[in-house]
Order: sequence, then structure tokens, then C-alpha cells
Amino acid sequence: MTITFRSETFRDDFTFRNSLYNIRRFPFPFDRDEYMYSVNMEPHVRGKKDSVFENLIDVDEHYVAEMQDRALVLKEDPLRCQALPHMMAAQWDTLELLMEHQAQDYPEHFTVTKNGDRWRWINRPMGIDDTFTFGDPATLPYQPMEYITRQAQGDFCIVDQRDNNLWMDAGMVTTQADWSLDFDIGMNFMEWHGPVPLAHQIGVFDRALKFLLNLQQGKPTRRLNWTMTVNPRLDTSPENYHKWGPDRLTVTPENVGEKMHLRVELQSLWRLPRSNAILFVIRCYLISLEELVTVPKWGRRLPRVLQSLPPEIIDYKGLTRNRPIMIDWLAKYDDGAPTSAGIFPD
Amino acid sequence: MSLNTDMPVRVADVTEVTDLVKRFRFERIDGHPMPFFSGGAHVVVSMNDNGLLRRNPYSLMSNPDDNSGYEISVLRVPNSRGGSVFMHEQVRPGDQLTVSQPVNLFAPDHRGRKHILIAGGIGITPFIAMMEQFSRDNVAFELHYAIRSRSHGAYWQQLLDRYGPRRIKVYVDEEKTTIPVAEITDNQPLGTHLYVCGPAGMIDGVLMTALKAGWPKENLHSERFLAPPAGLPFQVFLKKSNIHMTVGEHQSILEAAEAHGCDAPYMCRGGACGQCETEVSSCDGTLEHNDIYLSDEEKTSGRKVMICVSRFKGQQLVLQL
Repeated sequence: MTITFRSETFRDDFTFRNSLYNIRRFPFPFDRDEYMYSVNMEPHVRGKKDSVFENLIDVDEHYVAEMQDRALVLKEDPLRCQALPHMMAAQWDTLELLMEHQAQDYPEHFTVTKNGDRWRWINRPMGIDDTFTFGDPATLPYQPMEYITRQAQGDFCIVDQRDNNLWMDAGMVTTQADWSLDFDIGMNFMEWHGPVPLAHQIGVFDRALKFLLNLQQGKPTRRLNWTMTVNPRLDTSPENYHKWGPDRLTVTPENVGEKMHLRVELQSLWRLPRSNAILFVIRCYLISLEELVTVPKWGRRLPRVLQSLPPEIIDYKGLTRNRPIMIDWLAKYDDGAPTSAGIFPD
Repeated sequence: MSLNTDMPVRVADVTEVTDLVKRFRFERIDGHPMPFFSGGAHVVVSMNDNGLLRRNPYSLMSNPDDNSGYEISVLRVPNSRGGSVFMHEQVRPGDQLTVSQPVNLFAPDHRGRKHILIAGGIGITPFIAMMEQFSRDNVAFELHYAIRSRSHGAYWQQLLDRYGPRRIKVYVDEEKTTIPVAEITDNQPLGTHLYVCGPAGMIDGVLMTALKAGWPKENLHSERFLAPPAGLPFQVFLKKSNIHMTVGEHQSILEAAEAHGCDAPYMCRGGACGQCETEVSSCDGTLEHNDIYLSDEEKTSGRKVMICVSRFKGQQLVLQL
């Protein structure tokens, strides 16, 4: 399918919108009317057509605009992309994985041709046509991870595995929900999850780490995570908190439907073949409440979920001020009817 | 949901390396390339021995950058459970087998400034792939390789020819030369990592010597695959699958479950990776924990068992499987 890429912004005038087609494929994260942390992982296999699970590396109508926003973030702050020196093999693994998936699933937009170690990569939406030597970083304009993640939607962390732990040793992070690669780089799995409330106590991270240490080649896994963001802003980083933090105070009962966005991360984890590292893809999807309630099931369910949240999660996700405003606004879309199981629209 | 990513392969080549070691080359039947792998990785080879399913882990020893096929070397162990004898006696070029995706439980630490590899006998195989990688990446390494005799030792001549005597040191039992572990572990540059693969006694000795010499345990790596030990048959009830079964003398609980059609998770089949950890519902007898995965505390608690290598003595064992 040929995607029509939108021209839009994720800052200043915020012209980002979802098309009707894109609304229905949004990865709504709640499969029931309440929410609590769990090790909610499932095999990352192809799912429903016209859903974000159709392809394992999803490309959508926001691709070009997201890549432009990433370039702006990197221009202001090059430390959003970092790789420790021992991660070079994993960088090449990442480049190979993203090129192969994008080319295989979106052949009208991307092509990769290999002649031994001599590779040619064509990215039509971004007007790129480069030939390089796989394994030789000098033949690319950036290091391999930066090169390819400037051309792939989502944030990317590459974690090294050693001493029965996972280590955040490389990444491209510009569309994050308030965490910083520059701060976390070199930390292990338990260290970088330190701030998350409640989940440690119920053993979620011990189990998740054990699970990930045994992640197998050819069997990627995924989970959904969520938060809410005021305005469709991709770069909600601690570094730029002064730019987006005050936005929370601009939400009113009149503008909440347009301003407040559900922010969902489709996180997928892949064992990389050459390096034995794990690629952690954090793909961010945004949808305004106005767009979301066009799907009746989601309009009913979201206020119920927001009602049911424990105080720690409300605080951690930064929802304290605006949750009542959202619940009030959403109430008119909840007629009390039961909702069907699962995340997809009826 | 369990996703089957095993690959049907054809035996492309069988080479006699020594009188006890054979090398097998596998290529995919569907003509696709093999997945790339990292040095130190193994695959589980599934064999159909006259209707009996055998699954054994073997280290990959081919070049990790060569995705045209995989190579393993198998030591013939006469009084073993039969996997190696089957490979030696039954498997011919053209035969079909199934191999799993590569799994690496013995990966080099990529931060290492220098890598010291210590191998005993067939324990050489994971290092052959690792050395390819080190040499490609221009990373310093040295191999200390102990063999029984020059005629029994596999690949030592090829390795000497390829990497030279400065990096490859061979020690021969018959010639009364042994690996000078104390000297090797003394005074290595900061950032050196040490890897050992071979018989259990050798692994323990090397690790002990290195720890005594003050090495941090993070810099010490070992791979020991435990073949499931034999023992008296015993009864197991798999609660979730509702299966009563007998685990035979030369069978593991995992193998018995598979023979009964129960699709239990596994990866290394050698008590090391933790994938087959199974909850014990009740245990009227004594668990014999043979794995190196569970902590001593967990073993004593008797609430978990690694079904790929551990056994049981007593009336009945009930598992959440």
C-alpha cells in the first residue's frame, strides 16, 4: 500500500492530526475497563490488517514529519543519540534489521540491495539513495545506528547483555515520555526502571528481566505502555521540560478534547544476531481525545480506566491536575453500556 | 502461544576430524540463509532416532559471518544417552534434521580489551567461532587449548596455522604439558576477560585459580553443558496437561513430557539458561537438582525445578506444566 505522508508539526503550531484511517489503527492500550501494571508481553508477530500490528516495524502517515522533528531535536541536542564503543556490532545489527523490515513490508517506499558487503539503500519518502559497505562505518554519513534511526519511526535503545543483566549502552531517543538517554546511558535494567512506582514491589521487573535475558532470536516480543501528553508533542524530554511542563496548566474543560493526547508506546524487543544485544524499539503513537472518541468503545472505556487508576500511577504519569477535567469531558461518551474484551474497535 | 522458529536442515557434509570427533555441516532445506549468530552460541539439534526424539545442544563453530550454513562438531561419547552415537553412526550427508535458532549463553564481553580462552577437548568448539569474531574485529585474544594427544585433539593444527603460535598454545596430556593457569591469570592487563569451556573439573579449577588471583567474577565466563544424568525411573504428574508419566532411566523430565506431547519451553537443555523452570505443586520425595541455574536457596525450597536435567526420588512429583 502506498502511504500518503502528512505534512505537519509536533511543536509550535502543532498541526499534527490523525486521518480517519489512522485513528482506527491506533493501538488503544486498554483491553478492559481498568488498568494496573503487569508483565504484559506477547509475541511480536504479525497481527490484524489495518492495525499497527500488521507489520513488525510499522511505518505510517506521520513518517516524514516525525523524521523532520527528530532532525530538529538532534540539531539542538546531539546527545539524544549515543552509543558506547563496544556497541558497534549491535549498531550494524540494528541497521540491518530496520532496513530489511522496511524494505520488505513497504517496497514502494524503501529498497535495500546487497551485493556481498556492498549495500544500496533507497528511501524514497526522504529522497535518500546511498551505497555503503556493511561493516565499515566510514562509508556512511553517520554511525550505523544514527544513520538508520534518522529514517525509522520510534525511539531505539540497544541494550547489551552481560552479568545476567541488561545495560543501556546505545540509543536514539527523541520521542520519549520524560526520560533521558543521556542520563540513563550505561545503567542496567533495574537502575533505569528505578523511578517506576508499585511495579518493583509486585516483582514485575524481576520477572521481566528474567524473561528478556532469555529472549530468543527470531522470537521478538512486544508490550504496550501509555501516558498522556498535552499537545501532540513528540519530544517530551526532561531536557526540554521547561518547554512542555507548563503546557499542563493550559488545559481547560473547553480545550481538553483537542489538547489532551493519549500517548501509547508500542515497545518491541528483538534479540540481535551478531552482537547478542537486544534492540528495544519504543514506537510512540499520539491521538487526541476528540479523535479517540470517534471510536465508541474507546470513548466508553477511557473514562472508566482513568477513574480506576491508583494514586501512585496518576502521579507518576503526571495526570494529577488534568484527570478530573478529562473524566468530565469524556463522561458524555460513556453511556454505561458494557464494552467488548480486547483493544480493537468493534 | 509458542512460535516454532526451528529450521529444517539438510546435512551437507560430514567430516571425520579425529577418530572420536565428527564435524557436520547443515544447510537449510528451503534454500534461505541461516540467521547470523554471535561467537559462543549453540543450537539444539533435533534427531529422529527410529521414532525417538533426541534433542542435543551443540556449539556453533562455523564463521558467524557465514550465513550459508552452520557447522558443529560432535564428540562420540560411547556410554552416553545416545545422541552423540546417533550423530556418529546414523547421520549421513543428505539426511534431514532440525536445528533451533542460535542461542548464546557464552557470549564474549564486547568491552573486553583482551580475551583469554581456555579450552579442554571438545570445549574448543565455541571458541573457534569466537576467534573468527575477535580476529575480524581486530581484538586481542589468546587460546590455551588442552588435548589428550596430538592425534585425538581436534583442530589444533588448523588453529596454529591460522592464528600462529603467539596466540594459540596447545598443551598435550600425553606429552605431560598442562595449561599454566596460575601464570596465565597472573598480571593480565586491566579489562581482560577469561573464558573457559571443557570438563567440569577443569572449569572449576580455572575459575578458582582466577578468583584467588583477584579477578572480578564479572570478567570470568564459563560454559558447562550438563548432559541430563541417568537415574532410576520415577513418576511425574503434569497438572496443567493432565498427564501421568514415567521418566525413564536415560530420560529427562523434559524429554518424557515431550514424548507425551507436552510442549514445554526449553532453550539450552543443559541446566544453564532457566527457560524450563517449572513450578512444583507437590513433591512426595526428594528433588535432585542437577542444574546450575537455581540458587541454593531456591533448590532447598523445593518449589521450582529445572526439568531439563533434574531428577526425583520418591513416590510422586506433581508439576505445574
